[in-house]
Amino acid sequence: MRYALLVQGGPYSHQASHSALRFAEAVLARGHHLATVFFYHDGVYNAARLSAPPQDEPHLLDAWRRLHEDHGTELLVCIAAGLRRGLLDEREAARHGKQGHSLEAPFELTGLGQLIEVGRSHDRLVTFSP
Amino acid sequence: MNDIPEGDLLVILRHGPHGNSWLREGLDAALVAAAFGQRVSLLFLGEGVMALLKDQQEGPLGQKGTQPMLEMLGMYDIETLLVDRRALSERGIEVDDLCVSVSLVEGEAIAGALAHHRQILNF
Repeated sequence: MRYALLVQGGPYSHQASHSALRFAEAVLARGHHLATVFFYHDGVYNAARLSAPPQDEPHLLDAWRRLHEDHGTELLVCIAAGLRRGLLDEREAARHGKQGHSLEAPFELTGLGQLIEVGRSHDRLVTFSP
Repeated sequence: MNDIPEGDLLVILRHGPHGNSWLREGLDAALVAAAFGQRVSLLFLGEGVMALLKDQQEGPLGQKGTQPMLEMLGMYDIETLLVDRRALSERGIEVDDLCVSVSLVEGEAIAGALAHHRQILNF
């Protein structure tokens, strides 16, 4: 089956990201395809490129990136929720006259419409909220 | 109420209009889905019923307010607004206190609403 996850909890603030990653592992271990993760609400902070957790804690940013590298999982971030919270890729940073950027590939800023499309085009969309 | 229409997406709203952005971001998702041609219904549970109170002010708390979004629902053809009857009565709210016209649901009808929609987003 083609799975998608909706992550709405901030990293290191709530269990949501950790649970979503554990679920992702289980989905893949069962031989399913984890096609997409969509980040919305405070979940967008999972994409913060400068995240620097202590070494003895799970590195959530790297774990998301690994999903993309190893399984081709698309990492989509709601642009409206992201911009409000300071998550801008290079293009948006330039457009808003900001120095530096806080989000980079493989994370991708996209419209909320993409979440609706993900819901339609995948077999399952599972939400992880605080 | 037994005549809950079938729909593509049920957006469940469980938070009031102030204190956090769940309601606003949930309504955003509902409006976008409707703009994409999905048949969208809303289900207000728990604190979510506070979203529907008439005459809400905006500004003092530094938040934009959500009432204008509720008033736009009709334009987006979002006409099925389901409200948990018990959540209203627990808060002493009458249907006349609400700013939009709603259908009251309780018990099995709530489970029915979930079953009648292909997809559910929970805010």
